[in-house]
Amino acid sequence: MRSDRGQSAPFSLKLAAACGLLFLHLPILLIFVYAFTTEEKSFVWPPPGFTAQWFAVTWNRPDVWQALSLSVRVAAISTLIALILGTLCSAAVSRSKFFGRETVSLLVILPIALPGIITGIALRSAFALTDIPFSFWTIVLGHATFCVVVVYNNAVARFRRTSGSMIEASMDLGADGFQTFRHVVLPNIATALLAGGMLAFALSFDEVIVTTFTAGQQQTLPIWMLEELIRPRQRPVTNVVAMVVVLVTLLPILFAYYLTRDGDQIAGSGK
Amino acid sequence: MTSAVSFKQVSRHFGSVRAVDAVDLDIAPGEFFAMLGPSGSGKTTCLRLIAGFEQPTAGSISIFGERAEGVPPYRRNVNTVFQDYALFPHLNVLDNVAYGLMVKGVGKAERHKAAEEALALVRLPGYGGRRPGQLSGGQRQRVALARALVNQPKVLLLDEPLGALDLKLRENMQEELKSLQKALGITFVFVTHDQGEALSMADRVAVFNDGRIMQVGTPEDIYQQPSTRFVADFVGSSNVLPPDFVQRYSGQHRWGSLRPESIRVGRAASGDGVAARVVSSNYLGATTRLLLDADGLKLHAMIPAGISLPEPGEAVMLTFNRDQLHLMDEPA
Repeated sequence: MRSDRGQSAPFSLKLAAACGLLFLHLPILLIFVYAFTTEEKSFVWPPPGFTAQWFAVTWNRPDVWQALSLSVRVAAISTLIALILGTLCSAAVSRSKFFGRETVSLLVILPIALPGIITGIALRSAFALTDIPFSFWTIVLGHATFCVVVVYNNAVARFRRTSGSMIEASMDLGADGFQTFRHVVLPNIATALLAGGMLAFALSFDEVIVTTFTAGQQQTLPIWMLEELIRPRQRPVTNVVAMVVVLVTLLPILFAYYLTRDGDQIAGSGK
Repeated sequence: MTSAVSFKQVSRHFGSVRAVDAVDLDIAPGEFFAMLGPSGSGKTTCLRLIAGFEQPTAGSISIFGERAEGVPPYRRNVNTVFQDYALFPHLNVLDNVAYGLMVKGVGKAERHKAAEEALALVRLPGYGGRRPGQLSGGQRQRVALARALVNQPKVLLLDEPLGALDLKLRENMQEELKSLQKALGITFVFVTHDQGEALSMADRVAVFNDGRIMQVGTPEDIYQQPSTRFVADFVGSSNVLPPDFVQRYSGQHRWGSLRPESIRVGRAASGDGVAARVVSSNYLGATTRLLLDADGLKLHAMIPAGISLPEPGEAVMLTFNRDQLHLMDEPA
C-alpha cells in the first residue's frame, strides 16, 4: 500500500514521527553536549558552562589510548578472521551441495541470533575447561564468532546473485583457480566483502557483553567507558570518547550501506 | 587421421544415475557435430566431459590424440559458449573477449587488438566499451562466441547457444554460425534439443537418449533412415510402425518408420491401401497435418497446401511407396 503522492500526512502523524525520532536521537546529542561541560563530577542540566578542555585531557590520558588501541586491534583482527572464514564458508554453501549444508548455514548464523550473554558464558566456560588464559586472542575469538556472520550473510547473498557458470567460463578460458578467484570471483564479491567487513568492524568495536566474559584484565574501549562512568572525576572524558566512538562506528556503517546499495545495481545489471 | 574428439566407452555416473553410459564417439577435425536429444539424455554431460568440467567414471577421452582425463579445463585447447553466456558483468565487452588472452599473459595492446578482431568477426565491431548488461540477448551471444574464438580453440563447444533467442534471431544465428564454422575450419560441437536446428546446421548428428547414443549419421541418414523407434519419433516425428504392420508390406517382421510426408491420403472409401479414418487436422501453413486412425494404429500425414482435405471423421485410403517404408535395426 502506498499513500498518494502530493497528499500531505496529517499533522498528528508528523508530530508522532518527530517525537519518535527525537526520543531516539536526543540522548545522543546530550552526550555530545556533556562533552563540553565545565562540571566534572556529575552531569547537571543545564551545564554550568562550556569548555573544550576535556579534549586535551582525554588526549593526555594513557588509559584512553590503551583501550582505544586494544579495541582497534581486536576489531581489525576479528574482521580479518571473519573475512577469510566468512568468504570461504559462503562460497562452500552457495557453490556446492553437500550433506549438512543447511545445518552449517544455520550454525554459522546462530551466534548473532543467540543473546551475547549466552555466547559469552559458553566461551568463558570453554576457555576455563581447556585452561586457556584470557588474553587478546580470547577477545578476538569471541568477537570473531559474530563478525563471521555479517561477512557470511553479505557474501552469501552476493554469491546467490552471481551466475555460477561464470567460474566455469573463467576456467574454460584458461584461468586456473587462483586467477579465477582474483579476476572473476573477487571483483564480483568485493563490495559485499567491504560492506560486511565494515559492519563486522563496527560490531566488534562497540561490543560489551561477549567481551566482559572473554577479556581478562584488559579493557576494550566500551568496557573502559563502563568503568569510567562509576568514577567521580573527569566525567566528560567519557563523553569525548563516546563522541569519537559514534563517529568511528557510524561512518563505516553509512559507507557500507551506500556500497551495498550500489552493489545491488551492479549485480542486477549483470544478468 | 586422428579424431578431434574421441570417446572410448565413456561413462559418467552420478550415484545411481547413468548420465552418460558407455558412449563411443568420434568427431572428425573441422566437423560441425550436433548432439541432439531430449533434456536429461546425457548430451550436455558429454559436452562437459569434453570441456573438462566433468571427469568420466569409466572409459577414455582424447582430444586431437591427447588423453584428456585428469586435464583441468584451463589446460585444454577447447572453449565453450555457455547456455547463459556467462559473461563477466564487472568487465566491459572488450575485456570480456580479451579475458582468455589476459590470463595467458598476453600484453594489453596485443590482446585488445585480438579482441577487436574477434568482435569484428562476430559483427560487433566497436562494442568493446559497453558492459554486458547493456547488450541484447543476441549481442551477448555474439560476445560469448567472440570470447571463445579469440583463444583459437581446436574445438569449440556450444551448449544450446540459441536456446534463449527468439525465432527470427535464431534462424539468422544458425546461418551465421554455420558460415563462421566453414570459414574458420574449427571443429564445432553443438548441443541442442531442437531437431530442426541439428538437422539444418550439422555435418553429422548424434542422437542421445538415456545416456546412450542411439544413432550417429548425417542429417539425411538420421531423418530418412532412423535406426530405432526413439530416433524415428524424436527426429521429425516419423510414424513408427509395429512389426505386424510392416510384415504385410515388406515381408519382414521388424519395426518400421514412415515419414508423414510419404503418406498419400486418398478420398476413396474402398480400393487398394490402408483403410483409415481422419481424427483431426492441424493447419500449419505450407502443409496440413492429419491425425489418422488405421484400425487402432495412430498415423500422421502431411498434406501439402492446395490439395483438398478430408473432413475429420471421414473414411480414407492411405497409400505409400514401399521403398519409403524404412525398416529399423531395432529388433522386433
